[in-house]
Amino acid sequence: MPDLGYKNWQKRNIVNRLLSVLAGLFSFLCILPLIAVLAYILIKGISTFNLDLFTKLPPPPGGEGGGFGNAILGSIIVTTIAALIAIPIGVGGGIYLAEYSTGRGFSQFIRFGTNVLAGVPSIIAGVFVYGVIVSTRILFGNTFSAIAGGTALSVLMLPTVVKTTDEGLKLVSNDLRRAALGVGASRFVTVSQITLPKAFTPIATGVVLSIARAAGETAPLIFTALFSPFWPNGIFDPIATLSVLIYNFSAQPYDLQNQLAWSASFLLVVFILALNLLARWLGRFASK
Amino acid sequence: MASMVALILISILVVVFWGSLESMGRYGLNFLITSNWNPVDDEYGAFTAIYGTLVTSLFALVIAVPLGVGTAIFITENIIPLKVRNIIGLMVELLAAIPSVVLGLWAIFILEPLIRPFLMFLYEDFGWIPIFSTEPLGPGMAPAILILVVMILPIITAIARDSLNQVPIQLRQAAYGVGATRWGAILNVILPAAISGIVGGVMLALGRAMGETMAVTMIIGNSNVFSWSLLAPGNTISAMLANQFGEADVGQLSSLMYAAFVLMVLTLLVNVFAQWLVKRLSLKY
Amino acid sequence: MTATSSSQSAHSNLDICLSIQNTTISYGDFEALKNVFCDIPRGQVTAFIGPSGCGKSTLLRAINRMNDLIEGCSLKGRILFDGADLYAPDVDPVEVRRRIGMVFQQPNPFPKSIYENIAFGARINGYDGNMDELVERSLRQAAVWDECKDKLKESGNSLSGGQQQRLCIARTIAIEPEVILMDEPCSALDPISTLKIEETIHELKKSFTIVIVTHNMQQAVRVSDTTAFFNAEAVEGGSGKVGYLVEFNDTDKIFNAPSQQATQDYVSGRFG
Repeated sequence: MPDLGYKNWQKRNIVNRLLSVLAGLFSFLCILPLIAVLAYILIKGISTFNLDLFTKLPPPPGGEGGGFGNAILGSIIVTTIAALIAIPIGVGGGIYLAEYSTGRGFSQFIRFGTNVLAGVPSIIAGVFVYGVIVSTRILFGNTFSAIAGGTALSVLMLPTVVKTTDEGLKLVSNDLRRAALGVGASRFVTVSQITLPKAFTPIATGVVLSIARAAGETAPLIFTALFSPFWPNGIFDPIATLSVLIYNFSAQPYDLQNQLAWSASFLLVVFILALNLLARWLGRFASK
Repeated sequence: MASMVALILISILVVVFWGSLESMGRYGLNFLITSNWNPVDDEYGAFTAIYGTLVTSLFALVIAVPLGVGTAIFITENIIPLKVRNIIGLMVELLAAIPSVVLGLWAIFILEPLIRPFLMFLYEDFGWIPIFSTEPLGPGMAPAILILVVMILPIITAIARDSLNQVPIQLRQAAYGVGATRWGAILNVILPAAISGIVGGVMLALGRAMGETMAVTMIIGNSNVFSWSLLAPGNTISAMLANQFGEADVGQLSSLMYAAFVLMVLTLLVNVFAQWLVKRLSLKY
Repeated sequence: MTATSSSQSAHSNLDICLSIQNTTISYGDFEALKNVFCDIPRGQVTAFIGPSGCGKSTLLRAINRMNDLIEGCSLKGRILFDGADLYAPDVDPVEVRRRIGMVFQQPNPFPKSIYENIAFGARINGYDGNMDELVERSLRQAAVWDECKDKLKESGNSLSGGQQQRLCIARTIAIEPEVILMDEPCSALDPISTLKIEETIHELKKSFTIVIVTHNMQQAVRVSDTTAFFNAEAVEGGSGKVGYLVEFNDTDKIFNAPSQQATQDYVSGRFG
């Protein structure tokens, strides 16, 4: 009878077990930061969670109480501005790439450019918007403003939106397109009535993910939207955002400010993870 | 509308280049190799920041690549049940969603105090090595490297996972069919078949690490004084921009733009190379 | 399934290499193949034939535990190899695959040189003889030496489809197994390459026990000594089909005087 038994102490089996354990250990190290970050945010963020955070302004250095209602509102405003700029342009660009372009030359260059733009460091988007909008005072003589911050964020959102639209539309079968064109529908009607609705979920997933990313971005806002200790005063003035608030308050030597930074992190992370899970759910919804 | 993408990309280059012209004229390439950054005397050289950018990114890569590729292998090969693998995969993806600034906060108050005893040990026992030659006193390059590892791990893992999943099933069967053990198949057949995609992912991660700003800014110490040591505070280009851009006057602004231009060129090169690699991969299968 | 008793007795006087005993294979909750009994004789070529979806390839892959690679695939019953149960809890699948080699449907050389394609398997199996000699002998046995001898350093992918498949056979021979499993080895090849592979199988029979899955009945007649005919039937209340062994006997009996009507219908081309 041949001996087929698994020999525990054979060299190859020891090596295999060691490598599997090592890979498992690496995986554990990989998810450890997530667990540690979430745990600390939960512990430090939830203990002082109260309604004042949403309704009050940040306290002066050394002051007491307070919240960051202005930063919550500011984050919503700036992210909305970014979405309003990036989504129409991005979806339009994606439609062009998937439906109108020939797939050669120019469109290949655009696809390449989209990937490159996605790799541009976020701080560079801030430098760019600073150079174009802030330092030139192009918008009615204003410098730092909510709209400058929103524009900087939109530069970061754009490639994601273009890419997911392009890829979402490419998944729609060509038969459907030919069928629509075959019954005499124009290119525009085909895209707007047939393919775009069909590709709605992947595009929506991409858009939600890009909003989630933009909401947490800080670097491009520091010297475009700047910060403000007051309630938002229109989109042409400096504005507070949660992410910049975390950055500013983490560097202050006051416990209260540090505590507010943790609370803001808690809120921001909950919001972003919720958006991510929503996007995931959308994706699963689509596959059914 | 699609051309907006190209337009923005080109205008970014033009704006940054235009802004840095004055500084380029004044310092030329010396800017890259001198390390005095002195707004008071209006003298600028970006070597400290360039060194910091390269060193933090490369060290982060050295740590993150084995971790990320190991994790990718763990969740693509059937070592453990599919359900557990999916959960690990999901957690790694969620790690990518945590904002940089939140990781920075965590690094300041939790990570840095936690690792300081270990850094102290490196200084005391290996201080004769230049990169461990200063006493760790808080923020510095070492914690910045660790937080960069956390930030690029999800990219490396995700791309390595995709590349491994793309290896044709026939190739796996061939390896197991001649009696390869699991790791025999992985190391000799599966990994080599996926290598160009993985290298592409690593390059993308390098680009990301070089441009990463917030978490690094918050933990690196923002010192413009040059030191070889990883335990000393340092700076990166992006951290320098985040810190000084808002309050810079004209001369400093131009030099910051010059530094931004250097960063831009570095990341562009890395990204274009990464894309080329990834494209070569998709042609192969 | 009435045929199972007769199939066992038909070869009771032969040396049995593989004994499949009441084997049922499932993917998750779905049964692909049910209650198979079958004794595969040593030193012969046994063919598995039957319509698509009858589970013949699944059974073949079960013999060298290739199904372990498929998530959710499970096996009930026993498969004995020289009396040792391949599915006993302490069995190392790697040991099984080193003794029972496999040639796949699609030629799948490693993206390495021709030489390395052969040497890789041998090396990981702890072969410490003269490697050059082993490479040459294996390639000769697989009848592909003449085409390869001048380009051993070139990639295995540079060969034609038929040559690649013979390289894969050579690769399997090089690990010196006792049994070679072939899963429709010619389905991706042209008629001339098919003929060459069949000639190779005739040669290999002298040193190995061979089990071949084939779609092509003429091929079964040409290469095999014994043949197992599988069929599939709809499951009551289920949506899929479950495969089962209809008849197992000498190849000329299966094709000329089958005992089952279904076999008769299949080999005469009435379905499948």
